[in-house]
Amino acid sequence: MAHFDENAKPFSHKWMNERLAVDTLKRVLSTEYWIPKNINFLWAMGMVLAATFGILLISGIFLLMYYQPNVNLAFDSVNYTIMSEVGYGWLWRHIHGVGASIVFLIIYIHMFTGIYYGSYKRGRELIWLSGMLLFVLFSAEAFSGYMLPWGQMSYWAGMVITNLFSGGGLHADFLVEWIRGDYVPGQAFLNRFFMLHVLLVPLAIIGVIVLHFGTLRIPHVNNQDGEEFDFEEAAEQYKAGNVKESKVIPFNPVFLSKDVFVMGIYFILFFYLVFYHFEFAMDPVNFDPANGLKTPTHIYPEWYFLWSYEILRPFSTNIGLIAFAIAQVIFFTLPFLDRSPNVAPASRRGLFKYWFWALLIDMIVLTFMGKLPPQGIWSTVGLVAALTFMALWIALPIITAKEKKL
Amino acid sequence: MKELKIFGIVAVFTLILYWGVEPFAHSQMHKHVEGDNLQYSDLKPVAAKGDAAKGEALAAACVGCHSIKVKNMPAPMDAVASAQAYGVNPPDLSLAGAMLDEKFFAHFLLNPAEVTKSKHFAMPPSAGSEQDAADIVAYFKSIAPKEATAKEGYEFACGRCHANRYDKWTQIGDVPKTKSNIKTGVDLAALDFKKNLGVYQNKLADYMGKLPPDLSIIIRARSEHFLHTFIEDPQSQLPGTAMPRVGLNKEGMEKVFTYLEETGDPSAPKRKAVGPWVLAFFFIFTFLAYGWKKAMWKGHH
Repeated sequence: MAHFDENAKPFSHKWMNERLAVDTLKRVLSTEYWIPKNINFLWAMGMVLAATFGILLISGIFLLMYYQPNVNLAFDSVNYTIMSEVGYGWLWRHIHGVGASIVFLIIYIHMFTGIYYGSYKRGRELIWLSGMLLFVLFSAEAFSGYMLPWGQMSYWAGMVITNLFSGGGLHADFLVEWIRGDYVPGQAFLNRFFMLHVLLVPLAIIGVIVLHFGTLRIPHVNNQDGEEFDFEEAAEQYKAGNVKESKVIPFNPVFLSKDVFVMGIYFILFFYLVFYHFEFAMDPVNFDPANGLKTPTHIYPEWYFLWSYEILRPFSTNIGLIAFAIAQVIFFTLPFLDRSPNVAPASRRGLFKYWFWALLIDMIVLTFMGKLPPQGIWSTVGLVAALTFMALWIALPIITAKEKKL
Repeated sequence: MKELKIFGIVAVFTLILYWGVEPFAHSQMHKHVEGDNLQYSDLKPVAAKGDAAKGEALAAACVGCHSIKVKNMPAPMDAVASAQAYGVNPPDLSLAGAMLDEKFFAHFLLNPAEVTKSKHFAMPPSAGSEQDAADIVAYFKSIAPKEATAKEGYEFACGRCHANRYDKWTQIGDVPKTKSNIKTGVDLAALDFKKNLGVYQNKLADYMGKLPPDLSIIIRARSEHFLHTFIEDPQSQLPGTAMPRVGLNKEGMEKVFTYLEETGDPSAPKRKAVGPWVLAFFFIFTFLAYGWKKAMWKGHH
């Protein structure tokens, strides 16, 4: 037992300190959590993501109060009850819908920032791996949520994505039926995806967010130059008052003030979309109620899955499935495929500079093609882009192994 | 400034991405159909000048099937019986003169199946000559009320085939307010209504090939351009559809759209009211945050 002061008043500073070590927590988590000074606004994307996740959680709880996970009621509970009968239900729904879409934009910016500055390398591998795990969980969360309004695209996306588990030539239809709980998406399917969306996946996300933050604590965040320095020495310098010379700043309040400013700009964009342009995040096809007897003309996923969908599509079933499976996990291997000793921005790193921009542009091309009907020139472009994607990952260890030490 | 340059790069890639998955993809996925601004240019102009008084006499034949509420003429049969006889309930004609294009209306009276582009149209040709047709049109224009609600317009143009459940509208009228028996919990009046609606919808589905879709949120499910060109000429967007060309004029189209927007996008006025305040809040928030950042980073560079 630690020493407790008999005279400390309940909930006084001292009383709290003895029980919860509030001073230590504050120091470790904020005022002496050291952040490199030399970072730009892209490093604020983590906080932007945390804020967006919070917004999604809160708006989701409000929607959950009125949503009905029943194949006959789901569509109207979303499109009528929440939109017309619940005070500001439309606002919560638009916030949730726009948030679900925009969160992926920020995730991709966050990911490509990490790739560009080499923030996944040497000592920071676990940050990258836990981040990629978060990406997978967010994908599961987005997909399960997309099912819930039970519109045409919900139903058919559910059909197409669960069909992937039949494994093409493996004909593992039993697996698909087990996942769906039925031969086609139905009540059992809706119930379990509802559970996944509101409980299991968010719970896992919260857990992995904590892990992701934890992985940052020891290696510290990277900086714009990939410079390695002694954080403790720099921190001592800062604490001694050499603020200008020190390479670090405390998270709170110095970097936090920048985070909050970046979030402000982000929220202006976010709420502009919520009030004036929410339709970009809501596929019109999903405003037709689910109809198992009528296939939509084009079936495509939301924009953030299009690139991996397009890696699946241009090949024959089995090869497509294998390519798709590789695309899902390949980003996890980035820290191990990159053989270069350098932690530096892509611009200073030989061929990797071209690799980075080629990957980015290739994924944008794949995204475009994933939405277009697979006809004529578009399917050829899609095939070339999918092959390029594979080739880029095969080339990565080779070009990075040749990289000279900076 | 370096950060602005980085922001510019992020913004450019984001906009390219947006352009590709939204405007560009949609332009490729949906063929573009040009409307003709409700001119119905495939129909010849009607030379004859209508005489409302003569038209009134000719219109007496209409009430064999149709009601004309503004003239206190009831329908000979109720909606369900009409559907059993014709497949669909004929519309009340009070608004016909206000909602329909004059030229379309005249040609419609002469040859309904051809101008509606619907092979199995229930109504037979109902005017002997172009002059008769022009007279009838003139009569209906003279009796049409100046003020009609958007819902009345919808009822005339769409409401006998298409329900709108978010407005509690069915093909046989508004869902009545009924109460269940307090002892048994059974609402017989509601069940009766449901049964009548079911009979009507079955007849309608037989007549049209399938039950026409509910239009509650069609405004969100289809683009405005699609709906305009589709209502103007259903075959242009959906070749082979059983939906007849309705022949609305500009005012008629506006009424239908007003109604569809009210039921399909009821939050539009609230969005306009609340949006500027929320954005103003975040502009101020960002301005203050910038000031805080400036103060915090002072002496750091």
